[in-house]
Amino acid sequence: MSALEFAGVSVRYGRLTAVDGVSLTVPSGQVVGLVGESGSGKSTLAKAAVGLAPVSAGRVLLDGTDVRRLPRRRPLQMVFQDPYSSLDPRMAIGESITEAMPRGTARGARRAEVARLLELVHLDPERAGMLPGQLSGGQRQRVALARALAGQPKVLIADEITSALDVSVQGAVLNLVRDVQRRLALSMLFISHNLAVVRYVSDIVAVMYLGRIVEAGPAEQVLTDPQHPYTRDLLASAPSTHRDLLADTDDPLADTEPADPHHPPAGCRYHPRCPIGPLVHTDRTLCTHADPAADAAHRPHRAACHFAA
Amino acid sequence: MTTAAAPAGVRGSPWPAFAARRLARFAVSVWAVLTAAFLMIHLVPGDPVRAALGMTAPAELVAAKRAELGLDDPLWVQYGHYVRNLLSGDFGTSMASGQPVAQVIGDRLPSTLQLAVLAFAVVVVVAVPVGVGFAVLTRGGRRRGAELGFTSVSVFLAAVPEFLIAVGLVALLAVGLGWFPVAGSDDPSAYVLPVAALAIGPAAVLSRMIRVELLSVLGADFVRTARAKRLPARLVYVRHALPNALTATLTLGGLMLTGMVAGTVLVENVFAWPGLGSTIVQSILQKDYPLVQGIVLVYGVGVLLVNLLVDVVLGLLDPRSAIREA
Amino acid sequence: MARRGSAWAAAVRTPVGACSAVLLAGVVVLAVLAPLLWSDAAAAIDTDAIGQSPSGAHWFGTDALGRDLFFRTLVATRLSVGLAVLATAIGVGIGVVLGTLPSVLPRWAGRLLTAVVDIAVAFPGLLLALFFAVIFGVGTQGAVLAIAFAVAPAFARLVQTLSASVSGRDFVAAARISGVGRVRLLARHVLPNIGEPLVVNATIGAGSALLAFAGLSFLGIGVQAPDFDWGRLLREGLDGIYVNPVAALAPCCAVVLAGLAFNLVGETVAGVVGVRTRTSRRGAGPLPSVPPAVAAAPAGDAVLVVENLRVAFPGPGGWTVPVRGVSFSVRPGEAIGVVGESGSGKSLTALAVSRLIEAPGVVTADRLEFDGKPVDKAPDRELGTALAMVFQDPMTSFNPARRVGRQLAEVSEQHHGLSRRAAFARAVDRLAAVRVPAAARRARQYPHEFSGGMRQRAMIGMGLMGQPKLVIADEPTTALDVTVQRQVLRLLARTREAEGAAILLISHDIAVVSQTCERMLVMYAGRVVEDLPTGSPAQHPYTRALLATTVDLDTDRDEPLAVIPGRPPEPDQVPEGCAFAARCPLASDRCRTEDPVLEPAAEGHRVACWHPQVSVLSGQSHEEGAA
Repeated sequence: MSALEFAGVSVRYGRLTAVDGVSLTVPSGQVVGLVGESGSGKSTLAKAAVGLAPVSAGRVLLDGTDVRRLPRRRPLQMVFQDPYSSLDPRMAIGESITEAMPRGTARGARRAEVARLLELVHLDPERAGMLPGQLSGGQRQRVALARALAGQPKVLIADEITSALDVSVQGAVLNLVRDVQRRLALSMLFISHNLAVVRYVSDIVAVMYLGRIVEAGPAEQVLTDPQHPYTRDLLASAPSTHRDLLADTDDPLADTEPADPHHPPAGCRYHPRCPIGPLVHTDRTLCTHADPAADAAHRPHRAACHFAA
Repeated sequence: MTTAAAPAGVRGSPWPAFAARRLARFAVSVWAVLTAAFLMIHLVPGDPVRAALGMTAPAELVAAKRAELGLDDPLWVQYGHYVRNLLSGDFGTSMASGQPVAQVIGDRLPSTLQLAVLAFAVVVVVAVPVGVGFAVLTRGGRRRGAELGFTSVSVFLAAVPEFLIAVGLVALLAVGLGWFPVAGSDDPSAYVLPVAALAIGPAAVLSRMIRVELLSVLGADFVRTARAKRLPARLVYVRHALPNALTATLTLGGLMLTGMVAGTVLVENVFAWPGLGSTIVQSILQKDYPLVQGIVLVYGVGVLLVNLLVDVVLGLLDPRSAIREA
Repeated sequence: MARRGSAWAAAVRTPVGACSAVLLAGVVVLAVLAPLLWSDAAAAIDTDAIGQSPSGAHWFGTDALGRDLFFRTLVATRLSVGLAVLATAIGVGIGVVLGTLPSVLPRWAGRLLTAVVDIAVAFPGLLLALFFAVIFGVGTQGAVLAIAFAVAPAFARLVQTLSASVSGRDFVAAARISGVGRVRLLARHVLPNIGEPLVVNATIGAGSALLAFAGLSFLGIGVQAPDFDWGRLLREGLDGIYVNPVAALAPCCAVVLAGLAFNLVGETVAGVVGVRTRTSRRGAGPLPSVPPAVAAAPAGDAVLVVENLRVAFPGPGGWTVPVRGVSFSVRPGEAIGVVGESGSGKSLTALAVSRLIEAPGVVTADRLEFDGKPVDKAPDRELGTALAMVFQDPMTSFNPARRVGRQLAEVSEQHHGLSRRAAFARAVDRLAAVRVPAAARRARQYPHEFSGGMRQRAMIGMGLMGQPKLVIADEPTTALDVTVQRQVLRLLARTREAEGAAILLISHDIAVVSQTCERMLVMYAGRVVEDLPTGSPAQHPYTRALLATTVDLDTDRDEPLAVIPGRPPEPDQVPEGCAFAARCPLASDRCRTEDPVLEPAAEGHRVACWHPQVSVLSGQSHEEGAA
């Protein structure tokens, strides 16, 4: 039972600022869903939490303690996107799981623990001796989850865990993750580019754009009453069997270029694509120079928009 | 996020940054070669002068020679002298012949260059058509027999080093059939065997590489796009497949060219060719260190120049490479 | 470890591998035994037989001291091979240390080391060997060290690249998160995964070292008399080449054979270890013919008619048929979606109808007509202007070395006979038509200067160079972000309106298809299992399951997601009967023996199922079963 807190976290790679002053809290036992397009910095944020990306400003706190001061085996675990790359092809899956267990786990207890974890993710414990190559993508992703759980994490980070899987397998993995999270009362940061998937899993939804959080709040509220125009754009773009994508009127900004993370625009980073910004309302020059993040805290859903709905 | 979107807006040419970086790398490498050549002599166990003059040389002579070469000064002073001399074109004096090293190199370098450049030209002229031809003939698993024959012959030829090919050619064409002279560089027919010996192996490697690259490019998505445009097969090859296959091959071509520079050393020794290669071997055996040092420098800088040239050509041909570098 | 063993074993089973393995074994046996058996014969000086040509007594002739060259060549095996292996071992050792040190050393030291290796690796091995030969001195020991130091940079580089690629993979990241230390990371995760290529390269390296060593000895820098290796024998033999060419040729052949043995064993194993997806015609036999899977439907004025389309590829065990009898037609201006999971054959269907399947793939169909004419006989000009293709990955689908505008212009140069200039002007116009901003400037840019969405627009623009009657879009938005996906899909729809073109949209996402198309074809294991108008309720259990598993913004958050148990069959292992039977909750015995035919179920609706569901959803399972 722990809370994970990002306090003004920035991650820079040379001149590229992948994550820019992000503040976000994953409350104890809750699931925070993080959505955004490729290049928005959502995966980098996850890597910063587990120490795979350098935190150049701000702090990542676990129950108030800077994670950099925690022992090497942090109570933070991560499940990766590609199940074909996240398991050592030369290591039996049981061994991979054992390796993630806290040091000092008694030798005899390890086998039982491996069996327990495999059962937890609905895999036959008999398979502990198998190599990853003998398993399907969905099964590998279950092993990856079991390995993450072996580290007895307080917080679990799931980074695009279903985007490499076929639809028919995706559902099973999502069901499992949700089930495990509830049973173990884990805190979880769930990252995906798919808003529908994030909505299904999360209690809180945060939307990221060009290295910043532009809106965050309780899932139902953010999705039914979005404050930031980018969130509205994402919602409108999400494919759905029930709505006709082409029925909407043609909007004049549909053909704008996506932003370049190497050269983020000044002021509001979304203004060159914003349907309620200076390109449409010529009087809104504020957006081109004033950063809306400054007083986002006062707006509903902490929306980083001067003209939040 | 590693897959950042491509730059969308206007951006200056990446060339100046690319050129600056590449030239800086060249300068650092040249400096490293200079230093390595300098240190080489100081890393020789024992006294290089004693080793060069022989055990029987009188002690005064050794001492005088050491003083002449400045070997009694502290290392960094010697290094300073060495660099200053090099900058003024002074490569030192051969201990064996007493000639200035620069003069020896000046005499010998042209023969070696002739050999290397001729051989490289032969390689390109032979390998490109052969590689392309076999790629087209054997694409999509066609003509397995031709593929097997081409692969085995080229693997075999590529595996035999140039000096063994040279010996084989001498035995067969010079000694056996008497078509060409065994050694020397006096008339044009004397060039045939050394050039062939140098060119055969690299030509085999290059044609095989071109075939493999072309086949892989033929499977690329953009070739499928070209076919979807219903361009004639000739245009698909000439415009879309070949340029991309050749840029991919160019990097290897550079490596090969430097390899041929090294190959001249052995081939010159087989044919008693009066170039740098035969000179460096003699001077190593005679422990003529100033001469060895000078020739090592020439070879080293030569290799670096070839690499620089390849990168520049690659930058010109492939618009992405300059950016990839930067 | 099991995989490595099998890779070496598999390499030996290939003809080349077997030959080279036998050769290598022979060389090793000779290296061990020859000096024991024939040392005396090789050293015996016979002043009566100096410099003789080959004879019955001396097969390869004799040298300047009358020693038998046949035995000398055999005895030299040990020194030649032994020194080469020794030099390689030392070199690989140094290389591994140099290659792994940067990951353990402080950053500046690591960078310095990497820079030194980078410079050294640019030099040919022989030059490095000469350089080190000066330092270590002339002689056997000096030459071994010289060659070892000469090969070390290349191996250091190899270890660096290999371990960098392994370290970049997620399992290393996962181990780091679990608190696994640097040393254990190197020992347990990195080194085992680079061991195999390293051993393969070391084997090839030993072959090269053998040749290099012969070179040094030949130059007089390596082995010194009275010792002798092949290089030394060659040096001595070359002097008397007019008298006895065999004296020079015998060591030559020995060096080449031994070098080849190492090389080929390494190369074959490398070939087996690396992924090689060579298809072989051998054993595939003639393509079996099958009765049509569906009764032919009248096509009328359809722009595309496909009847009993099959795509087959030869495999080692016979033909694999990933598309098994697909039939449908597309009317002018109609938008049809093709949905299915990976491996369902939807992309191959798209390529087959546009005549883009290449040998060794084979396409057969009872009828395959575009615009009223058989596709295989349609002139290029017609396909090039009336049939537009949009592919999945806009990055790789453009030629990286040509400007975007030129790639569009090609179409008009080729098929409309326009001049270069006029064709380019049309390309700019078409780019503007697909709303690429600043089209004139963008036309002069290279594909890498475009964003993914813009590239996909340009690809659609390429199709508009002619007057397309049909646009085939194969997963056109899979590589794009959702907001860009919407733009591209809308652009396709506008194209359809403006040009009156029909659209065949292939997608794995049933939501995308149902939002964009009027009709969809659901594919499973190489067949169309259902063909239905997007609004009407699905009848095939697979379509229903697919719809149920799709998560969208209206999915009930309080219920577990529906799942389809099991996995689709592999294309070469399609079972008898209905391919979906094993995963179907409604499957009966008939489903497992008889393959259902795609038959009309209602107006504009066809289903291939023995138990089509006309009622409400039922029989969903919530567990993915063991596959």
